[in-house]
Amino acid sequence: MDPVLNSGDTAWLLISTALVMLMTVPGLALFYGGLTKKENVLNTMFLSLIAFAITSIIWVLYGYQFAFGSDTLMGIIGSPMNLLTSGIGVDQLSTVATTVPEFVFIAFQMTFAAITVALISGAIVERMKFSSWMVFVAAWVSLVYVPIAHWVWGGGWLFNLGALDFAGGTVVHINSGIAALALILLLGKRKDTRLLPHHLGYSVIGAGLLWFGWFGFNAGSALTAGGLAGSAFIVTNTAAAAAMISWVIIDYIKTGKPTLLGAISGAVAGLVAITPAAGFVTIPVAVIIGLITSVVSYFAISYLKPKLGYDDALDVVGIHGMSGLWGAIAAGLFAAPFVNEAGVGLFYGNPGQLWIQIIAVVAVAAYSFVVTLIIGLIIKYTMGLRVNEREEIEGLDTNLHEESGYRI
Amino acid sequence: MKEIVAVIRPDKLEDVKKALETMGCHGMTVTEVKGRGRQLGITESYRGSDYRIDLLPKTRLELIVNDADADKVIDTIVKTAQTGDIGDGKIFISSVEDVVRIRTGERGDNAV
Repeated sequence: MDPVLNSGDTAWLLISTALVMLMTVPGLALFYGGLTKKENVLNTMFLSLIAFAITSIIWVLYGYQFAFGSDTLMGIIGSPMNLLTSGIGVDQLSTVATTVPEFVFIAFQMTFAAITVALISGAIVERMKFSSWMVFVAAWVSLVYVPIAHWVWGGGWLFNLGALDFAGGTVVHINSGIAALALILLLGKRKDTRLLPHHLGYSVIGAGLLWFGWFGFNAGSALTAGGLAGSAFIVTNTAAAAAMISWVIIDYIKTGKPTLLGAISGAVAGLVAITPAAGFVTIPVAVIIGLITSVVSYFAISYLKPKLGYDDALDVVGIHGMSGLWGAIAAGLFAAPFVNEAGVGLFYGNPGQLWIQIIAVVAVAAYSFVVTLIIGLIIKYTMGLRVNEREEIEGLDTNLHEESGYRI
Repeated sequence: MKEIVAVIRPDKLEDVKKALETMGCHGMTVTEVKGRGRQLGITESYRGSDYRIDLLPKTRLELIVNDADADKVIDTIVKTAQTGDIGDGKIFISSVEDVVRIRTGERGDNAV
């Protein structure tokens, strides 16, 4: 039977696309912006905004085509038909989301690419040159995001191996977390590495918008407006809520007081962890994934980071990298065939799935780290990665943009 | 004439202003400042790490008053701005040689 456009699916994917866009601008911009020092609030927000714009252009020029084009070179990259989206008809249906126009699927996937690179900015704030960030975004989306999206989602070698990544635990979160680690190793520490949010209220609003938009991210990844979308929606909310509660309990145990930053950090960690598993697991499992993920991210932030000494300014490695890692493994453990027949995890009699998940995690992390390092090194030794010391001390808003976040 | 400089909690400013108005003392200059006392600030905790915030936001009031009113003004500020907790602030009193009202050129007590 020929595929037929379904207006319900199409409407849901259009809404989901807009929801994921909202996650970056303003969600992520506010979340990150509130956590930085007030001299850097505009620069921090700008990093997310410009990442969205640059990725939007790359995606329609060639990014989508290489990521989702028919497989070539043994699963490494897609065949770039339809460059500049030429040859795609307005009513042409997607081959991946078969009841939805291809342009809608292109737009949906574009928002994923954009938020992935924007996430990296949280690690490098308060010290990276804006011009270098723009070049980095273009290079990273082209050379890291696009191939990995093809490997996992576009019919590439990890897809064919059977790797489970419902909405981007590997493609988005591990990828951005590991890339962030590579980039901050090149950038070095800031002069003042303290995390002292200048406006936690922004971050609360940002986290709320992220949570809200995440329903499009995860439930939209069902690619249809049906039961699987509903299941993904509710496990997403459940994991975020469980993770928030878990982080608050850790706060109580460690310091005796709950913190708002802890609560929203837990929620984001929960959203990250459920992402790869969102279309494969049951609601009780979502509670387990959420409860555990805060422990994983808290450990990474409060123990690993100071121990290893890297300056992950807003904890992209700790939250996205580590919770993404846990979520990808959890998908291999808990994927239930009665939720989605595409996923059968260890606890439902398929130990091989866990092994596939580990291969996917290691492959994506290794590729992301090495290629990000190469991109970063080239930028470092050509245009430079880091602002000068005076600009860093005085703040990037006035020095790089001649603007100020507050005039009171 | 006396210059009274009071460093108080920002949330006490409205109460102090009102109390001084009630006793007929209107003129003042107010500045938002940061400072610390013997307790060396406070500790804040973000994502499990503790940071000492050793300069806290305070409000600085400057008033010039006649010698006869000085004690009453000081007592009013103490009474209104006091919570009994660490961080209530301090008042500094010094003598002023002369005051000039720019609009009229008046000097001394008449210019206060």
